[in-house]
This record gives sequence, C-alpha cells and structure tokens, in this order.
Amino acid sequence: MKISILKPAVFVATMASSLSFSVSFTSAESLTVALASEPTSMDPHYQNLTINNSFATQVYNALVLQDVNQNLLPGLAISWKPIDDNTWEFKLRPGVKFHNGSTFSAEDVVATMQRAANVPNSPSSFATFIKGKTFKVIDELTLQVATEKPYPFTPNDMSRISIIDSAFVDATTEDFNTGASSFGTGPFTFAKWLPGDLLEIRRNDDYWGSAVEWDNIIVRPISDGTTRTAALLAGDVDFIERVSPSDLPTLESRAGISVFKSVSNRLLYLTLHMTDTPIKPYVTDSNDEPISSPFQDIRMRKAVSLAINRKAIADRVMDGLSAPAGQFSPVGYIGYSNDLQPDSYDPEQAKELISAAGYADGFKLTMHGPAGRYSNDTRILEAIAQMLSRVGIDTSVETMPASVFFKRFARGGPDKKPEFTAAMSGYANGSGEPSHPLRIFIHTKQKERGYGPGNRNGYSNSKVDKLIEDGRSSMDIAIGENAFIEATNIAMQEYALVPIHHEIATWAAREGIVYKHGALDSTFLHYISAQK
Amino acid sequence: MLAFVIKRCIQSVVVLFVMSLIVFSMINLVGDPVDMLVNPESLPEEIDRVRRDFGLDQSVQVQYWKFLTGAVSGDLGNSFIFGRPALALIAERFPATLELATCALILAVSVGLPLGIYAGLNPDGWGARIVMGGSVLGISIPTFWLGLMMIIIFSVLLGWLPVSGRGETENFLGIESSIFTVDGLRHLVLPAINLALFKISMVIRLTRAGVEEVMALDFIKFARARGLSSPRIIRSHLLPNIFIPIVTVLAIEFGTLIAFATVTESVFAWPGVGKLVIDAIVNLDRPIVVAYLLFVVTLFLVLNLIVDIIYAAIDPRVRLQGDR
Repeated sequence: MKISILKPAVFVATMASSLSFSVSFTSAESLTVALASEPTSMDPHYQNLTINNSFATQVYNALVLQDVNQNLLPGLAISWKPIDDNTWEFKLRPGVKFHNGSTFSAEDVVATMQRAANVPNSPSSFATFIKGKTFKVIDELTLQVATEKPYPFTPNDMSRISIIDSAFVDATTEDFNTGASSFGTGPFTFAKWLPGDLLEIRRNDDYWGSAVEWDNIIVRPISDGTTRTAALLAGDVDFIERVSPSDLPTLESRAGISVFKSVSNRLLYLTLHMTDTPIKPYVTDSNDEPISSPFQDIRMRKAVSLAINRKAIADRVMDGLSAPAGQFSPVGYIGYSNDLQPDSYDPEQAKELISAAGYADGFKLTMHGPAGRYSNDTRILEAIAQMLSRVGIDTSVETMPASVFFKRFARGGPDKKPEFTAAMSGYANGSGEPSHPLRIFIHTKQKERGYGPGNRNGYSNSKVDKLIEDGRSSMDIAIGENAFIEATNIAMQEYALVPIHHEIATWAAREGIVYKHGALDSTFLHYISAQK
Repeated sequence: MLAFVIKRCIQSVVVLFVMSLIVFSMINLVGDPVDMLVNPESLPEEIDRVRRDFGLDQSVQVQYWKFLTGAVSGDLGNSFIFGRPALALIAERFPATLELATCALILAVSVGLPLGIYAGLNPDGWGARIVMGGSVLGISIPTFWLGLMMIIIFSVLLGWLPVSGRGETENFLGIESSIFTVDGLRHLVLPAINLALFKISMVIRLTRAGVEEVMALDFIKFARARGLSSPRIIRSHLLPNIFIPIVTVLAIEFGTLIAFATVTESVFAWPGVGKLVIDAIVNLDRPIVVAYLLFVVTLFLVLNLIVDIIYAAIDPRVRLQGDR
C-alpha cells in the first residue's frame, strides 16, 4: 500500500480504510449532519442565499414547494391557476398550524410578503420576488396575486418566500435568531442555534406533509472537507455533504459508508468578449500590441469550444466529478434542450476555424477567473489555457480571489464596463424558473428592465431577446418553455457563452441512511431517511 | 508607575488611530462587497439598494469619518453579512478562542518549562537529546497537517476523542466554557494540543538556552560552593533569572495564539473568532475585518503593557519610564 503522508486527505481515507470499520449507531431517532457552511441568519427573509434558503425549507413552508430538480409541488397552497392575464389565484391548504399553534390563513401570506420585501440591513433581499405584485385576500383560504403585466412565473416566485405567522410581521432578524419568532409550518421546529458550532431542529409531529423520521437533527458546520470526512469515519456525524474529491474513491469502496452523487445544476462556463471597445490589453498580436477581441467572430468562439477537451478535464482535473455541458441545464432539468450536446473535442476543426477567421498566425490571450470559488477552478483554467495554446491561441491565466474577480468581471473596465476579454465563471439556477439564465446572461443588457445583468460579453441577438420576452409574458407555461428552448438553442449555437461542465454534487453517509438527491447541490435535511 | 501607564495609553490611542486609517483604506481597495452579497438573480435596483443601505455609495473619506465617529462611541459598524454589530459578533465568538488559547498556553508552560529546565541541566544526556529533537519537530511540523494527523489517529483510528466542534458548554461563575464539562474537555484536548505544540517547543528551547546561560554564571557556582542543594539553587537562583525573556515571549505569544488560532480552528471546526474572520475576509465583510484587526492591535498593546509591568515586578533592576 502506497501512502502519501503529505496529502492528508488521501492519507485519512487510506489509513482509515485499512482498518475494519464499525460505527456504533446509538439511536435511530437522532441524526447528526455536517454541512460545509451554515446559514447567516435564522430569519428566513434576511438574505437570499442558497444555504439560508435550503435551511429555511426545514422550518418553514412556501406556498409552492420545489423538489430536488426544482419542479413545483403544492406547499401551503394546494393549487394555483391564472384567472386572467394579470392574476394568479392560489387555493390554500386548510387546517395547517404554525409551530406556535396559530392557524395558517391567507392573512399570513400578505403579512409575510410585507415583511420579506423590507427586512432592514438585508444583504440580499427577497424584494425581487415580491415587487410589482399585489396580494389580495379573497377568503381565509383563497389568495389572488396580481401583477402589472402577464407573468407566468408567479408560482416560482412564491416558492422562494417562507411563510411566517402574521403575529411576527414586525419581528426583527434577532427575534428569529434567538428563536423567539421562529415558528413556521415546516417539517421541523427550530430548537437552538450556536453560530459556528451547531444548529438543532426537532421533528414537527403535526406536520401536514409526510412526517420525517428523526426526532431531531443536529447540524454541525465543518468547512474543511477532510475534517468532514474524518468526522463521518469517526462516527461523530452520520451524514456529510461535499465530499472532498480526493476522499471519494476510498469512501466509495468502503464497507459501512454510502456515497450519493448527482449531476448538479452548477455550470462552469467561459465568456468571450464580443464588443471590444475600447480595446483591452488582454489580447495582443505577435508584437504585443493590443488588438480588438477576435471573439467577435463566431468561428473563433466555436474554435475555443472545440479546442476544449471536456472529458479530459472531467477525468484528470475533476477526479470524475463533472459532466461535460453544452447548455445551462443538466439533462432532465427545467429548460433542457434535447437539440444541444456538449461539443466534442476537435482540435483540427478548431485550427481550421481559426485560419478561416484570419488568425492563422495566432495571438496572445490572457484568461481570467476566480481562485477557490468553484471546485478546482484554477486547475480547470490552466488546463483550458494549455488546450487553447495547442490550437494556436497562446493563452496565459490570471486568477484572483472571488471578491476581487467579481468586481472586475462586472465593472472593472473603463466606464464601469466588464473588464475581461475571456473569463471563467459559474452559475446555478437558484430560482427554478426556466427563463432565469436567459434573462440574466443571454438577453441584451437593459438595466432598467432587469434584463442582462450578467451579460458581460455584449452578446445581443434581437430574435433571442424577443423569444425570451415572449416566453416571459406567456401565461401558457408550455408555449413559454418552447420559446426558452428555442432561445437557448440559438444562443448556444452562437456561443453566447461556452459551457464547460456541470459539477457533480456528492454526499456520504453511514450505511443505512439514504438521501434523495437531485440537481440542487445544497442539502435538504428532510430528504435524509433511514433505509427501509 | 501611573505616569507610565497613562503615557502608554495615549500612545496606544495614536497607534489605534493610525492602524484604523491603514486598515480602512486598504480594505476599501479590494473588490466590492456588493458583488459578494447580492444574489445575482436579484433585480438591478437591489444592488443599488444594498449599496445605499450599507453606505457604500459614499466616498471612502465619508465612510471613514462615519466609522471614526462611531468608533469613538464604541460602535465599529454592523457586519454586512450578519447585520449585527461587528464587535458583538467578535465578543460572541471570543470566549471559544480564548479558552483554546489559554489551555494551549497552560500546556506550553506546564510541559515546556520542566522539559526545558531538564534539558538545560543535563545538556548531554539522552533524555535532553530526545527533548530537543522533539522540539525541532514541534517547531517545524505545519499545524494544519499535524491537526489532521491527530484527528486520524485519535479520532478515526482509535476513536478516543471527537473530531471537531466545541462540545457541551457549562456556565460557571458567569463564564460559558467547555472546560467545565467532560464532553467539552474531550473536544478541547486535540485542538489545544495542536495549537500548543509549537509553543511547547518554543518554551523548551527558550528555557534550555536560559538555563545553560545562567548555570555557567559565577553566582550559581558560588551558591554551589556555599553547599546549597540543587532544588534550592534552581528555585531561588536559576528560575528568577530565566523568567524575564520567557515572560516577554509568552505574553506576545499569547496574543498570537488568540489572533492566529485560525488554522487550528478551521481544522477542528472550533467555533472561535478565527473562522468568523476568515469568512469575513473571503466575503468582504469589511466591518468585521476592520473591527477584528483593531481588536487584535488593542490586545497586543495591552499585553505589552502588562509585560512591562511584570518586568518591573520580577526584575528589581528595571525602572519604568516616568517612574522616578
């Protein structure tokens, strides 16, 4: 057995696997889970942040729920339908009690919306989902939501807001952190929170849905991946998320441990600048003179995509934990287009395209990206740089901390315009709304209308814009979805951005525990169950 | 004495002011917190709203002036991420770090001092060689790696101690700490040893050097000639003379234990202040970073002052400035 003691992660797993492994499982009723991060607050309306939102679904319910692939399910509303072009009607679930005993009714929804849009000091509020909507109580269990224009995604927006008891409409964030106001309708009740140390929730015996099997769950934030693995192996915790890639093979091959993997909706992509004025110093000719971005030519964008060996990145950089991507969504996910496949590696065709575009002599390119933000981000960029250099684009890489990267990426250039010519970034659809990536990254930038806030490379196609806008105003979801798929097809064939891969999310648990996993890489505690 | 302390306090205020100016202007050069805070799916006006609410739309000078006027009344601003006063957040996490650092310091002294004296008195013995060899290891092994190794051996393989976290805490005389429960102590053992190992080695080496130096001096020879017993020589003549450098170093090291326990805290998921600060740096939670750095500076200023006072107490030759 060869052990590298200089790589603790590998060493942990190898050493541990060489010994017989047994965990004394104390009680089937209590579960301890180690997560990579913890919520910033117990107030479900404080910050629109993935970990806060996934934790909120444990204690609270929204009107509409999302499953692990973000399909919509009935929540505190049992049904919803548009009654005219500008109004949705929600029928609410009867007989639901909050954890403090009060009964859920339409008034609670109105109070919730009022609070959620206006939490003081919120670093990222939920106003985005509430603004422009008027909430009208028809009777105790009927609610109408009116929008200014036809808006088919009202149910999706409603799936983002945790409903609280109207008694706590004026509660402060601190009241939720201490538990004084933390009464939801969800599968668990809030027990205690010691920031940085542990978070405890208990089963809600009166839950309206299928009851969870654990009496209580203790969540421990352990940010270091190797420590999480060790905690699972030592039996300190029963379940972990985000297994560090180097620990994975040994955990998988080991008796007494189950590993769960699924292709997540987190996409890594390259964005190549298409409107390079003024010319930036990141593309230069053989005399080191800056030239305007070659990627204004679609052939050059295609050449970059064909030059990337996605499979090699998956195998050698990602330890198998990525799936080559050709569009925003993974298979089976909302907005997925069957017409698009990941580009296969074809350096010869890439070279031909580069020659045809008039860059046969090559040029120098500096590619930018964040370091430590996404799994193996720097190594992926370095691999891509080598691949591009092989087809004649002499590429160097510059990475920086995410906090620096995102500012320069968005507005580091002159006139607060995006700075980079070629950059790598990531995206995951947190909203479960199919037009989401198209509105943000693909539509022409129109700040006042909320279109294209993430469109950094100046891609603009009026036909795509129209498809996106039509889809977003069609109250018939099926028609809308077709428009989005068509817009996706055009944008991806024009390389509005170059998809690289979807990350594969991982979880591990001691034997006897199963996790219902999907494309969301965050952990939903009520999906953890004991094997039957 | 009093004059000395007052003079020191005035100097400290100046140091703090200069430090705040440097830290505040430096951190404002890095990135834009709004990009780290606001969810990209938000409408564009949300970015403007956050910028306004957090005062980031104002010039750095205005922001600094607001910070300074707040700081005078003890308000170092609200954390961007947690929406709570930065000082309160640090104070909340500080006891965990303090208990870890204190245990590490106690370990460093109680293990390092006897071993160092032993090695200094028997410089050529096998025992001394093993101690000194061990101290070289202790100084050169990276904390991070050692922490993981300890977890593997004592938690995963032997199953004696828990891997991470603080365990149960108990309130005793108004102090909430894990040293008052068995579970808490079990959680404390590994991180405390991990954090202490470097300091133990350092104390061993310092003590041994001091002992060897002092033992060769004439007054020790004279004490021997007077026929004093070895324990008596060590207690009355050796120890007082080697304490001064050790106290100086230990006081400052206690500061570094508190300020830079970050690595140990992150390996053992110890809910101390280090973890808070690392997250704050990554996410550009500027108020926490500024408050923490000022807190650390204050800590070192206070420790230095205490060292100077202790000096005067244990070394009669030392006169404090202004103390006539």
